This record gives sequence, C-alpha cells and structure tokens, in this order.
Amino acid sequence: MIHLTVNGSPVELEEPVSIAELLQRIGVPPNYLAVEINAEVIPRAEHSSHSVAEGDEVEVVTLVGGG
Amino acid sequence: MESEHLSAPVDDPARAVVDLPLRVGGHTLSSRLIVGTGRYETMEEMRDSLDRSGTDCVTVAVRREKLYAPTGQNILDYIDLDRYTLLPNTAGCYNATDAIRAARLGREILTTLGNPGADWVKLEVLGDSQTLLPDPVETLAACRELVADGFSVLCYTSDDPVIAKRLKDLGAASVMPAGSPIGSGQGLLNPNNLMIILEYLKRDDPEYPVIIDAGVGTASDVSRAFELGADGVLLNTAIAHARDPVLMATAMHHATLAGRQAYLAGRIPKRLYGTASSPIEGVISTRPYGAASRKVD
Repeated sequence: MIHLTVNGSPVELEEPVSIAELLQRIGVPPNYLAVEINAEVIPRAEHSSHSVAEGDEVEVVTLVGGG
Repeated sequence: MESEHLSAPVDDPARAVVDLPLRVGGHTLSSRLIVGTGRYETMEEMRDSLDRSGTDCVTVAVRREKLYAPTGQNILDYIDLDRYTLLPNTAGCYNATDAIRAARLGREILTTLGNPGADWVKLEVLGDSQTLLPDPVETLAACRELVADGFSVLCYTSDDPVIAKRLKDLGAASVMPAGSPIGSGQGLLNPNNLMIILEYLKRDDPEYPVIIDAGVGTASDVSRAFELGADGVLLNTAIAHARDPVLMATAMHHATLAGRQAYLAGRIPKRLYGTASSPIEGVISTRPYGAASRKVD
C-alpha cells in the first residue's frame, strides 16, 4: 500500500502506478491537464513511464477563467 | 457642377489608420487589448464578449482540477485556440515559489494544447489579499527566475516607476503597471506615475511594450491609457461585471481604437486661455473690455 496526496487529499493505492494510470483511476480525462509531483512538472510525454511513489505530493491542474 | 472638394469619400482606404501591431516577446498581436476570461456569468457570455472585444489574446488562470466532482464544462471548450493566444497568469500566488510553479504548470498545459502562448506568462505575485497590490520583492525574484527559465515575462506591478525600471532591467518582456487595484474599477489613479514609467522604459527603447493592467472601470479609462502612450491594456472585470458584458466588450474595442488613434494623431497642447477656432479678422461685433489689450496672433 502506498500513500499519496493528490491536490491536497490523501489517496491510497495497492501498488505504484504510472501518472497516466493514476489519472485514469481518478476519472480525470487527460485533456487540458498538467501534473506536478513534489513541485516538479512531469511533462506529458513521461506520464506513462513515470510512476508515483510513497509520500508523493501530486498536483493535477487545469486552466480556468482568470484575468 | 459638383465641387470635387465635396466628393472625397469618407472611408477612403488611403486614409485608413496605419498602426503597428503590438509586439510582446516573440508575439505579435493585432489588437492592443488583452482580455481576461474570469468572472463571467456564463461561458457563452465570455465567448461572445471576447469576440466583440476584438482581442486576439486572452488570459487564463491555473487551478487544481476538481478531481471527484468534474463539472463537465471546461473553459477551453469555449475559447477558439486557433483564434486566441492564451496568456496564462500566476494570479492568486503570494510568493515567488508558488508563482514559478504556476507558470511552469501553465506552460505544460499550453505545450500540450499546442497554443503559441506556451512560452510566456503574466506574472502576478500579490502582497495582500485585500488590496491585491503586488509584492515587489517577490515579483522581482520570480521575474528573475522565470526569465532565466526561458519565459517571456509580462509582469504585473504597481505604478511605481523605480520597480518598473527594475523589472525591465531584469528582462521582463513587458512591464504592466496597474491603473488602480485589480477589479476596483477606479481607472487610472496616478497618471503621473504612469507617464513617468512610460518615459523611463521607452526613453532609449521606444518599442518596449508597456501595458496598463488592472483597474479599468469603463471605456474612457482604456482610451486614457492609450492617450498617455501605453502600448496595450489588459482588463477583465470591467467587461465581465458590466450590466451588459457583450456591449461593454464592444465599447472597449472602440475605446482601444479611439485612444490609440488619438495618441497617434497627437493631441493639442493644453492652454490656459481660449484660442478661437473662427477667424478674428472680419468679425462684425465689438469686443468686451480687456480684450482689445490682448495680442491675438
């Protein structure tokens, strides 16, 4: 069991998974998103190869209206 | 016989206003108005307001995705990415570290989207949540790091000329002084400072873009900014919270053209006394007391 924080909320996983799988599991379409792990942006091209690890702080962001 | 003087067409293309596009960093914008996408009642109203404003550049913010309760409506479904260059901002950040993270996340999303706005950012680091005034120390630190990271930095700042100069010296692609606090609608509270900033930053570098960002309340504020010599204006709430946003967007478009054209045309100097538009010679009336002693040229 590994423990993550995703957008400030705790998430438990049975096993390490890739970012792409993580996004799929939490039901977020990958369009319009960027992902940061421990304050470092993980480029989209690495989402399939980069696995999350115990204690990772994950941020999943999108664009919203702003000035 | 009709005089040829009477027949000159009003809309002679040869008399069309020749203006340069707004160049910022590597970008060339046909409109000098940049419009925000926040605070609209509906996405449709935002889409139509952007359309009427004439802009080709819109700002967006970076926020956490609502993971477990997706709204199903994403702003990007209402913004034509072939028409508008997105300008991601770092709004809501109160220190350089957070602003830099937001800038990099925005770049990542825009890179994925293939939008040309991926290489620039509107840097905004706030110092206080009530006034929304910028924190100059954190803004300078973030600007330095983002420039080093390859960003074209369009930097929101106060109307302080010294900080504005510091930001330009750090390599900001544009310095964007506030007319008044964000969303306040107070217009240009200190035109003197704005004029000093324009003079400081453009003295040996007339092409350097200075954009008035924040505080616009209505169309005349936009015209005034351009009349002072600003290269662009960035606004959001003045359109989004107008009673009729789409109509206000149209007004802002006209105000942009009017102010810019007035600037290019060159205003007359202000004088203490009146100067007659009609000739003095040949007038049939007599003058009141005192007038005879004033020399009229």
